[in-house]
Amino acid sequence: MAAFDSNVENVEDIMPEDMEAINKETFKDRLASYRRTPGSFLVMLLVVIAAGITAAALIFLVGYILVNGVPYLSASLFSWTYTSDNVSLMPALINTVIMAFMSLLMAVPFGIGAAIYLVEYASKGNKLVKVVRITAETLTGIPSIVYGLFGMLFFVTALHWRYSILSGACTLAIMVLPVILRTTEEALLAVPDSFREGSFGLGAGKLRTIFRIILPSAVPGILSGIILSTGRIVGETAALIYTAGTVAAIPSDVFSSGRTLAVHMYVLSNEGLHVNEAYATAVVLLVLVIAINALSSFLAKKVQKS
Amino acid sequence: MAKYKEKAMEYVFLATACISILAVALICFFLFANGVPAMKEIGFADFLLGVEWRPSNDVYGIFPMILGSIYVTAGAIVIGVPIGLLTAVFMARYCPAKLYKIFKPGIELLAGIPSVVYGFFGMVVIVPFIRQNVGGNGSSIMAASVLLGLMILPTVISQSEASIRAVPESYYEGSLALGATHERSVFCSILPAAKSGIFAGIILGIGRAIGETMAVIMVAGNQARMPQGILQGVRTLTANIVIEMGYAQGLHREALIATGVVLFVFILIINLSFSIVKMRGERT
Repeated sequence: MAAFDSNVENVEDIMPEDMEAINKETFKDRLASYRRTPGSFLVMLLVVIAAGITAAALIFLVGYILVNGVPYLSASLFSWTYTSDNVSLMPALINTVIMAFMSLLMAVPFGIGAAIYLVEYASKGNKLVKVVRITAETLTGIPSIVYGLFGMLFFVTALHWRYSILSGACTLAIMVLPVILRTTEEALLAVPDSFREGSFGLGAGKLRTIFRIILPSAVPGILSGIILSTGRIVGETAALIYTAGTVAAIPSDVFSSGRTLAVHMYVLSNEGLHVNEAYATAVVLLVLVIAINALSSFLAKKVQKS
Repeated sequence: MAKYKEKAMEYVFLATACISILAVALICFFLFANGVPAMKEIGFADFLLGVEWRPSNDVYGIFPMILGSIYVTAGAIVIGVPIGLLTAVFMARYCPAKLYKIFKPGIELLAGIPSVVYGFFGMVVIVPFIRQNVGGNGSSIMAASVLLGLMILPTVISQSEASIRAVPESYYEGSLALGATHERSVFCSILPAAKSGIFAGIILGIGRAIGETMAVIMVAGNQARMPQGILQGVRTLTANIVIEMGYAQGLHREALIATGVVLFVFILIINLSFSIVKMRGERT
């Protein structure tokens, strides 16, 4: 006590910033602790190494393709028509946009409608809801090649649509349906119940409440789901080869075949004749995906904030 | 009038909800209706357990491809799960907030990169690397395993991270208060509690690996024969379908569809075990 008094006359003179928090671990403490427990140190090392490997793999993959591909992004690669000389990716790029647009046109209304039913109408413990959930989960797990097979058997063969943009778009629409369903469902659930109660209290009907109150406030969440689906459509190959075919031209109507960018990339790298152009195509594909991802996470963040 | 509209719209929404049921039913019907007769014609045992695949002689045994899929998937698990799990631990328990802001979108990007781009990367980087440093001609089980291991990382990481984060903080604090180190607290009290979520993530990863097509075709060599070693080429179920569907006719074509049926059944089993593991985790 005496020693304490000799240093500080008044206890109130001790400022909070002078005090070392007792539960704060400095780097030195940590080092000492690791010296006592080398096993823990080893585990920590492993964790950091694993994270390092993951980060390095991503950086290497993206970096390698950018470094090797960007120099080959030439004007001829973006010319309007494809020839076996210029292996232009422009028709494929346009097909990708058409394909994404058409599949979303089919998947979005159904996905949102289903989500509305599940969240706003179905009562808890409804059998149908359970079945819808299970089937949606099953759809999520089905690999794209199985979708491709189904599309080939159903749209191409049974409905006689041949290898066409329409067959491909329908196949992809089924593929992205569960993604839109799930994200919309989450977005609708995130809308506070007070919104619904307020709307009902003002005398609005259920439909008006849904379309005027709930859907507008769920828009960012729904959009982020749509963008996520766009990403899947852009990157899809296996489901398209035997539904949309591999013709490298802008289609004249929905019943003609056309390859998307990812299919184009596969054909190019499989031929092995235009490796440099394949690198460049990979760059375009990668940039597209990065942009789509950024947009989606930006919207997702907006949802969290509001 | 308004009342009818309300009621009508409810049925419209109901109908849209049923689309996913219809889709699954259609997929099951068309696959099984086209694939099962072929299996019957070839003989179930000959088809599933036959070790020869020679379409030109009408010999259709897909056992090599089943084994190929299993080997490649197992390889992907061996490589992807430890790295993925530890990375998830890093993200949930070690990562400073600033680094996390970069790391998380990075993992999302890893999930978003199209499989052709992965395949191309494998073709120009992993395959030559194995050819020069390990042996063989590069296109092999090993190349496919490494590539698939990389591809399932985001699935394993995000599922595991979410389930690690779902464990109550008191588990960690209690362990720390008893004198355990940070590592021991994380690995001995949090991870066991997050077990079922992590397993669900691994199963999801298996599903992704077994269903992956384009990336595997580009690096696995695709020889339709029994797998002969980790440095030899192999053909998976998915690859079998894509490679030969372009020119297949008659029974050959149906045999390929039947290959798809086998793959589909595999996936259904994996999905089912995923739901069971997840449900068990939610109950406890």
